[in-house]
Amino acid sequence: MTALTTPAPPREDASLRPVPWQRMGWVTWRQHRVTLAGVAALLGALAVLLWIVGLHVHQAYSAAAACRPTSSAICDDMFGNFSVMDGFLANGFLLQALPALIGVFVGAPLLAREMETGTFRYAWTQGIGRLRWALAKLVLLAISVTVASGLFSLVTTWYYQPYFAASNPVPQPPLAPTLFDLRGVAFPAWTLAAFAIGALAGMLIRRVVPAIAATLAVYTGLVFAAGGFLRAHYLTPVLTSSLNVPGTAWIASQWWTVTRSGQFAWAGRPPMSVLGNITCPNSGPPNGKPTMVSIEQCVVQHGYTQWTSYQPTTRFWPFQWIEGGWLLVLSVLLIAVTVWLVRRRAA
Amino acid sequence: MNVIEASGLSKRYGSTWALRECTLAIPAGHVAALVGPNGAGKTTLLNLAVGLVAPSAGGVTVLGGRVAGSPAALDGIGFVAQDTPLYKNLSVADMLHLTRNLNRRFDQAAAEARLAELDIPLKRKAGRLSGGQQAQVALTLALARRPRLLVLDEPVAMLDPVARHDFMAMVLTAAAADGVSVVLSSHVLTELERVADYLILMSRGRVQVAGEVDDLLACHRMLTGPAAEADRYTERPVVQASRAAAQAHLLVRATADDPVPAGWEVHQVGLEELVLAYLRQPGAGALPGPARSRSSQPSEVTG
Repeated sequence: MTALTTPAPPREDASLRPVPWQRMGWVTWRQHRVTLAGVAALLGALAVLLWIVGLHVHQAYSAAAACRPTSSAICDDMFGNFSVMDGFLANGFLLQALPALIGVFVGAPLLAREMETGTFRYAWTQGIGRLRWALAKLVLLAISVTVASGLFSLVTTWYYQPYFAASNPVPQPPLAPTLFDLRGVAFPAWTLAAFAIGALAGMLIRRVVPAIAATLAVYTGLVFAAGGFLRAHYLTPVLTSSLNVPGTAWIASQWWTVTRSGQFAWAGRPPMSVLGNITCPNSGPPNGKPTMVSIEQCVVQHGYTQWTSYQPTTRFWPFQWIEGGWLLVLSVLLIAVTVWLVRRRAA
Repeated sequence: MNVIEASGLSKRYGSTWALRECTLAIPAGHVAALVGPNGAGKTTLLNLAVGLVAPSAGGVTVLGGRVAGSPAALDGIGFVAQDTPLYKNLSVADMLHLTRNLNRRFDQAAAEARLAELDIPLKRKAGRLSGGQQAQVALTLALARRPRLLVLDEPVAMLDPVARHDFMAMVLTAAAADGVSVVLSSHVLTELERVADYLILMSRGRVQVAGEVDDLLACHRMLTGPAAEADRYTERPVVQASRAAAQAHLLVRATADDPVPAGWEVHQVGLEELVLAYLRQPGAGALPGPARSRSSQPSEVTG
């Protein structure tokens, strides 16, 4: 009986242990520390600005809220002062640009610059392999910008509190587009999405400047699509025939029906053709002017019903989590596609 | 072991075939030169071998059967791409650190010693080095990974003669001292004879000639004889015929043992002469045959 031939010793690469992931930490930091420092400086400076202005806003608001008797001319003046005191920050336009900036300056150049300068031919032929290289870089940077913007979101959330406070006589609807995505979990989620859009655009376009333009276009489109169309449908709107819809509710639509038949009458405010045909008693307070509500009450008295579908303020956090959730899923998908493209790229 | 082995390897960009049905085996232990005109497919072949590009058809393995581009394959390959890309904003020391972090092995001491020898300051940004220095740094990084195969894509095309000489000296030292196999592409024919001992000649996306330089030289002869009789020469396959006045020069595939027809003189050919003859005759067939050569035997030349 002959002994079996012993199998050849395993080749060197059979037991080859891959380059450890941790090494990519240094690599990512060394190559992107200037960009990350820029992001930190920008967010840090704005956070300080928000903090300083915010202290004044909060003070003015507390003073106005503590003012007695409420609704007196003096107190209304104080609220008036409060609501105009920070001008450019109140509408949030400036801060809306932050996720886009991060997408443009961190996301878009990440792979586009490697392709543009040819350094991908160095990076992708090292022993670590391009899969680990791409995955580690994308994930580390994604986490970095998300955490940074998450911290920043704490400041904005605090800053805008008085605008939504219950005792504010003209509170903002918390779900309305301009400020909703600057607070809570939506802001870091939008930042992550902007980064992921930038990274994928860079990988697809392979040139820094066009990738930046594409990132801006796609991100802006997505923001408008989300604010204008998607967000209103996160949860089924509440439907009411009451005229007392809370002022902070985010109204989706309003229409009227004929009370008796339930037939659709018109959408929005009562048209002149209707108002011209009905006479409304002066139903306002004695010696006061009739208000819009009283006109609507008058229309109701003439056999019409107003229907309002709206998103109540209490849905702020559910909506935040829904928006944060789908943006997170979208971002993970975009990053996965980017990694897949790096792996598959044939050029 | 073959350092690069391709079978039916093809790569198409749009409707253009950059590489077509390439079957090739480059044995270990050589400095192999990949020669051919621009657009012959040299860079494509090398990019396929290091996994930067995926083949449209066929396959390529490196270092004895490792899938091109896999971490196991990349682990053993030092690749210096065309124009030697480095991160311009990183210092030379950072490039060393970066490469050390991206690989399992890195000989920091050897790399630093080599750069000191070359008078390249470690603190200088890579973007501020001369073209020759950048190429030297890229080569130093590749060699510090202790590769078994060094792949160089047009490494000296942009260099001045001195830098070119220094660069190739470093490559040859690595090949001789550390036993690194080298595959380099070039369209610079001078110095080829001094540098390469294995030749792969490509044109129009196909491999035209492949074999050890000594074997190729041994089986080619230059015949000089009367132009009038040139067309009647049929004893051995003619690669290229050129006529000058009354004389004809025929590059034929023949060894020293083959008989020389009466009235003809026979000369040995130089490598540059041989390469030029094949480059001028892209149709002149060469090897390898349908069977892949797995040994370091010279591939059979077929007319």
